[in-house]
Amino acid sequence: MNMRSHLGRVRGLGSTNDGVRHWWSQRLTGMALIPLTLWLVFSFVGLVGADLNTVKSWVGSHGNPVLLGLTIVIMFHHAALGIQVIIEDYVHGEGIKTTSIIVAKAISILLSASCILAVLRLTFEG
Amino acid sequence: MNERKVSRPRPLSPHLQVYRPQITSFLSIMHRFTGIILALSTLLFSYWLLSATYGPEKFAIAQTVMSSWFGQSVLCGLTFSVFYHLSNGIRHLAWDAGWGFELDRVKITGWLIILFTTAMTVLTLVAAYSASGKG
Repeated sequence: MNMRSHLGRVRGLGSTNDGVRHWWSQRLTGMALIPLTLWLVFSFVGLVGADLNTVKSWVGSHGNPVLLGLTIVIMFHHAALGIQVIIEDYVHGEGIKTTSIIVAKAISILLSASCILAVLRLTFEG
Repeated sequence: MNERKVSRPRPLSPHLQVYRPQITSFLSIMHRFTGIILALSTLLFSYWLLSATYGPEKFAIAQTVMSSWFGQSVLCGLTFSVFYHLSNGIRHLAWDAGWGFELDRVKITGWLIILFTTAMTVLTLVAAYSASGKG
């Protein structure tokens, strides 16, 4: 017997009112991070002990600003989604749970924006 | 907003310590653990990148922090975490696509993850140390 209303089934949002969006976002960002993270790690190997000028020319060269920007946005988003699941699993008070998730997402957005700005400054300022 | 009256407490996840340790559960816990470590590492990444916008002296301090024994230990741990979470993440994607659920496959891919993570961590650290002229 199906207890769900027709409207509920059509909307497909389930009991969480969020549907599969969170789950799907985590998979898509995860897939995108496979090549991006490998690229970042191998780039870092070449930047061990580098001075500021070397790092600036790495940030600003060819497609690196775009790749860095993508990596930053997707990485912080993926991290916030993962931390959200962990908070939902282990924090049981409704108020503290919602507050922690909002704080985690706020930190993620703040750092993401700051890092993007840093990439732009390192690329375009002398 | 949905107002739901909870008449009975919702069931909680069972405690981890009641289970016999197995490769399946161990790798699953490791995925979440390395995920937390990597989420925290975004703070270190931000510090490093932002310090570069504050001039050569501030950036030199960041690079000194990274090359200190403490920084090196953290970066070694992060290298391991990256390769573990990345390869085990691919394993999770395969499961999501319906592949590899049979117990023998789960165990084989689990050992492959351990092998891959160890090999890539060692290779990357060797490359990093020889790049820095300490190898």
